[in-house]
Amino acid sequence: MRWPVQLTLGATLSAVFLLAAGLSFVWVPHDVTAISIADKLKPSSATFFLGTDHFGRDILSMLMVGARTSIAVALIAVGIGIAIGVPLGLTAAARKDSLLDEVIMRGNDLIFAFPSLVIAILITAVFGPSAVNAIIAIGIFNIPVFARVARGGALSLWTLDYILAARVAGKNALRISVEHILPNILNLLIVQGTIQFSLGILAEAGLSYVGLGAQPPTPSWGRMLADAQTMIYTAPRLAILPGLAIVFTVLGLNLMGDGLRDLLDPRVRRARG
Amino acid sequence: MLRFALSRILSLTLSLIAASLVIFAVIEVIPGDPAAFMLGLNAQPETVEALREELGLNGTLPARYLSWVGGLLVGDFGHSYTYRVPVVDLVMQRLWVSLPLAAYALALSTLIAFPVGLIAAARRGQPTDYGIMGATQLGIAVPNFWFAMLLVLVFAINLRWFSAGGFPGWDNGIGPAIKALTLPAVALALPQASILARVLRSALIDTLGQDYIRTARAKGLSRRQALTRHALRNAMIPVLTIIGLQFSFLLAGAIIIENVFFLPGLGRLIFQGITQRDLIVVESVVMLLVFAVIMVTFLVDMAYALVDPRLRHKR
Repeated sequence: MRWPVQLTLGATLSAVFLLAAGLSFVWVPHDVTAISIADKLKPSSATFFLGTDHFGRDILSMLMVGARTSIAVALIAVGIGIAIGVPLGLTAAARKDSLLDEVIMRGNDLIFAFPSLVIAILITAVFGPSAVNAIIAIGIFNIPVFARVARGGALSLWTLDYILAARVAGKNALRISVEHILPNILNLLIVQGTIQFSLGILAEAGLSYVGLGAQPPTPSWGRMLADAQTMIYTAPRLAILPGLAIVFTVLGLNLMGDGLRDLLDPRVRRARG
Repeated sequence: MLRFALSRILSLTLSLIAASLVIFAVIEVIPGDPAAFMLGLNAQPETVEALREELGLNGTLPARYLSWVGGLLVGDFGHSYTYRVPVVDLVMQRLWVSLPLAAYALALSTLIAFPVGLIAAARRGQPTDYGIMGATQLGIAVPNFWFAMLLVLVFAINLRWFSAGGFPGWDNGIGPAIKALTLPAVALALPQASILARVLRSALIDTLGQDYIRTARAKGLSRRQALTRHALRNAMIPVLTIIGLQFSFLLAGAIIIENVFFLPGLGRLIFQGITQRDLIVVESVVMLLVFAVIMVTFLVDMAYALVDPRLRHKR
């Protein structure tokens, strides 16, 4: 089997940002909350590797902490989607065509009718903007995605002989779902998880750009872009760097998702020949 | 066909009822009194009481829900507390910016995606295909509001071909209005065009492997003829699904893009509603957006059934 090139490329790109986010917990070049007007809008130099913003904060440090914000929000949102969506999908598949299945799937359709941004707007209109509310908004949107993937994957497995054997052996639907179905749809979930992770990064950036995500002084890529917009005439660099960070992270995750699909799903491999 | 249409209309109605219940419930969840929430901390008790009366907050929950939905059905969206005008007037005004913007972006996205997807499928596995796939991969990763900022940087600030934002209104002629919507539409369209081109390519490649394409080739059709006459038509089902989905994405995406370009659309309205705690505006605009999404899904379903009779009988 050929190792997919995009997997290496995507994993490398993603690793750079994960490492930067991880490193920011223990070390950043400069304190991101320290405001120093004397250092404002400095070009890149040995002290400020990527220059400073309008408050004299170090851009590189802000990008590193911003990576932490983006990744944390997107990752927890994916976690919510998996934790709630997968059990729902497995239940729906185990009770196929029952009223429960119908209710779960119609509920999914209903959530799909609310674009994630609209969910976020509704939540922030009521509870106020914050990173936690952004996580909830993106997380809710992830639930039907994982429910659908889990149900689809599980349905094709329920017809197989070894599941029948497990039923004959007296295992109930719950045990079969956990012991036999779940491990076999794990590859589907990993691939979908990577895709939702990258969508989550984009959604978090969008939400914090319009002020519905992480609140200052917590740096986030979306907020940095919103701040940069008023200074786009004088310091276009401030608008370009956070954007590049988003693009490379999302690109890395998408490539990784594609590569994982090629690696884990034999049908795709054959189709691509 | 009639049975299919009736069952779809039934599920459309149920979805709309469920969506309105969810939105109503979320707004109701607000801790404390919505009237006090809207007026802020320093409100006089009499003012709060007057607003409660105006909002009809003194009725029972079911009565309030029914009066809200009943109002929506006859085009009465309530009164905006901050603008002091009927919400429906505000929405209609703003809709004339958001709807053309979404339609413009959808048209651009389709116009870009079709040739690109066709070329990639026709040149599958060749450098052109790899180049296109790489470019679309990048297009998907670019956040549309950042792309919008780059467009402003290049075309408004450096080249001065377009203005950086604002909207002259349709009364000053169609030309200037379209021009003002061009950069926002391009920014919205690029990521969607990338997705659509990829879907079209893989749908085409799927159909190209089918037996009827081999038959068509055996009959003497060239690769290109087989592609455009037979494969394209059969690849339309997944492509139509994505186009339908994209319209709702574009309407929601417009919320953010309108903020980049200071366009007076529904998105700006909703954010002003949030900052001014004008819940009636937020509630109505959210309901309208969800209505649009559910409606588009319904129309796409119906369009399939018309195009492909096999789908009418599937459960």
